[in-house]
Amino acid sequence: MNQNYLSSYVPILIYFLLAMGVAGAIMLLSWLIGPRKPTPTKLSPYECGMLPTGDAREPFSVKFYLVAILFILFDVEAMFLIVWAVVLRQLGMYGFIIMSIFLFLLMVGFVYEWKKGVLDWAPRQSRRG
Amino acid sequence: MWTDFFQPEDFVAIVPHLELTIFACGILLLDFLLDARYKFVSAITALLGVAFSGFQIWRLHDRTMLAFRGTDGGGLIVVDSFFIYFSFIFLLATALVILMSIRYLEIEKENEGEYYSLILFATVGMMLLAGGIDLITLFIGLELMAISFYLLTGFLRRDRRSNEAAIKYFLLGVFSSGILAYGFSLLYGISGSTNIYRIAEAVRQRGPDDPIVFLATITIAAALFFKVAAVPFHQWAPDVYEGAPTPITAYISVASKAASFALLLRLFLIPLGPVRTNWEDILAVVAVATMVIGNLAALNQDNIKRLLAYSSIGHVGYMLLGLVAGNETGRTGIAVYIFVYAMMTLGAFAVVTGMRRSNLIGDRIEDMRGLFFKNPVPATLMIIFLLSLTGIPPTGGFVAKYFIFLALIQTGHYYLAIIAALYVAVALYYYFRIVVAMFMDKPREPGKMELAPGLVATLAITVVLTLASGIYPEPLIRFAQFSMIPFR
Repeated sequence: MNQNYLSSYVPILIYFLLAMGVAGAIMLLSWLIGPRKPTPTKLSPYECGMLPTGDAREPFSVKFYLVAILFILFDVEAMFLIVWAVVLRQLGMYGFIIMSIFLFLLMVGFVYEWKKGVLDWAPRQSRRG
Repeated sequence: MWTDFFQPEDFVAIVPHLELTIFACGILLLDFLLDARYKFVSAITALLGVAFSGFQIWRLHDRTMLAFRGTDGGGLIVVDSFFIYFSFIFLLATALVILMSIRYLEIEKENEGEYYSLILFATVGMMLLAGGIDLITLFIGLELMAISFYLLTGFLRRDRRSNEAAIKYFLLGVFSSGILAYGFSLLYGISGSTNIYRIAEAVRQRGPDDPIVFLATITIAAALFFKVAAVPFHQWAPDVYEGAPTPITAYISVASKAASFALLLRLFLIPLGPVRTNWEDILAVVAVATMVIGNLAALNQDNIKRLLAYSSIGHVGYMLLGLVAGNETGRTGIAVYIFVYAMMTLGAFAVVTGMRRSNLIGDRIEDMRGLFFKNPVPATLMIIFLLSLTGIPPTGGFVAKYFIFLALIQTGHYYLAIIAALYVAVALYYYFRIVVAMFMDKPREPGKMELAPGLVATLAITVVLTLASGIYPEPLIRFAQFSMIPFR
C-alpha cells in the first residue's frame, strides 16, 4: 500500500463527474431548447399505456413479501450452484461435501416454510396468518 | 486440493458451533411433530444442545488452535482461552434463559419451537464473535446474533410494545452494522487482508496520525459503542428492553452485551491496539458519560425493565473503564465483571419474569409492592441480586468493581476512580427503590407469584454463582486471568 493510494481512485472520480456532467447537460439542453406542448395524457404517469386508476400506494398482502424473500433465497442458491458447478472438477470431494452441507441447510429452511404453509397461496390452507 | 482449504483439525475447532446449529435446525423441524402441550420438549432439546456444546468446549479447554488457515495461513477462527471463557458465559446464559422462558412463553401463549431455535442460532453467532480473528467471520457472527435478536425481540406478535421494540432495534442495529462494515472496509483497504493480526501490522506501520486509520478507529468505535449500548449510542436500549419478552430482555442485556464486549476487546486490543492513543481518550469520555447518564436516568424509572436497562448502561461504563486502565488487572477485571454481571442480571430478570401472571404483566415497580409478604424467597433473592448490582460485599458485584477500581488506581486514573465510586451511591438509591417497594409497602393485590421449576433452577444457579463469586472469587479470577492470555 503506497502513501498516495487515494490518488489511484482519481480516474474513477473523473469518470463520475464526466458521467454526471453529460447526463446533466442532456437534460438541461432538452429542457432549454426542446419544444413543449403539454396535454393531459402526456403529463400523466406512464403505466403501460393505460390510463392510471387511483393511487399506487395501496396496502397489499404480506404474502408478496414472503414470496419475494423466498425468491431471493433460492436465487442466491442458484448463483452459488452455478459457480460451484463450473469448478466442480477442481474442487473434488471437498467441494461436493461443502455444497451438500449448504444444500442441507437450505433444505431445512425449505421443509420449514412448506410445513408452515408459506407456499399455500389460499388463506384457508395456511396454518397461521 | 482438499488440504488447501480444510484440515481435519478445523472440524474439531468448530464442533461446538456445529452441534448448536444441528440442534437449532432439529428443533425447527421437531416443532411440527409436537402437540401444543408438549412444546417444552423443544426447550429440553435446546438445553441438551447447549450441554453437548459446552462439553465439547470443555474438551478443548487446554488447546490452542488456529482453524481454517486456508492458503495464506491467516486463519478464520481461533480456539484460545478467550474463546473458551466467553463461550462458557454464553452457554451458561443461554441455558438459564431457556430455563426461565418455558413458563413465560406458556403464559404469553407463544410457546413455539422457533424461539429456542433462534436462541441457539444467536449463541452460535456469539461463539463466532468470541473466536473469530477474521473480519468476515466476525461480521457474520455479529449479524447471526443480531438478526436472531431482532426476531426474538418481536416474538410477542400480539403485543404492540414488542413489535415497536423489534422495529426500533432492527433499524438502529442495521445502521450500526453498516457503520461497522465501513470501518472494516477501511481496515481492509489499508492492509489488503481481513486477518486481524495482519491488519494490526499494517496499522502499526501507518501509525496513529494516519487519517484512514483514524477514520477506521472512529467508525468501528461508534458501531461497537452502539452494540454494547454506551452513551451516546444507548437510546435504543430502554425501549428494546421494555418491549422484548422478559427472558429475551435478560438475554440481550447479558449475552449480547458479553459477545459485543468480546468483539470490542478483540478489535481494540489487536487491530487497533497499535494506535491506542487514538481511542484512549474517546473511550474514557464515553465510559464516564455512560456511567453518569446510565445511573442518573435510572433514578426516575417506574418500569423495572427500563430501570434495569439504564442500570446495564451504567455497568457498561464500568466495564469500559477497565479498558481505559488497559493493564492486565483491567482486562481481567472486564472478564470478571462480565461473568458477575451476567449472573446477577439474569437473576434479577428471572424474578421479574416470575412476576408475569396471566392477569399481570408485572414489570412496574408498583407491581412489586409487598412482594416480601407474599413470596419471601424471591424477594430475598432479589435483594441479593440488587446488592450485587450495586457492588456491596460479600456479593460478586463487589469483586468485579474492586478489580476495575484497582486497575484505575494502578494506572494513575484517580479522577476516574473517584467518579466511578461516587456513582455506586447513586446506583444504591435507585436499586433500593425496588427493595423499599418489596418490603415497606403493603401488597396491592393478593395474587402470589407461582415459581415454575425452570425459574427455580435459574434463581438457584444465579444466586449461588453471584454469592460464590463474592465469597470465594479465587477460581473465577484465575479463569478470568487465563482468558486474557491472548492479549498479553
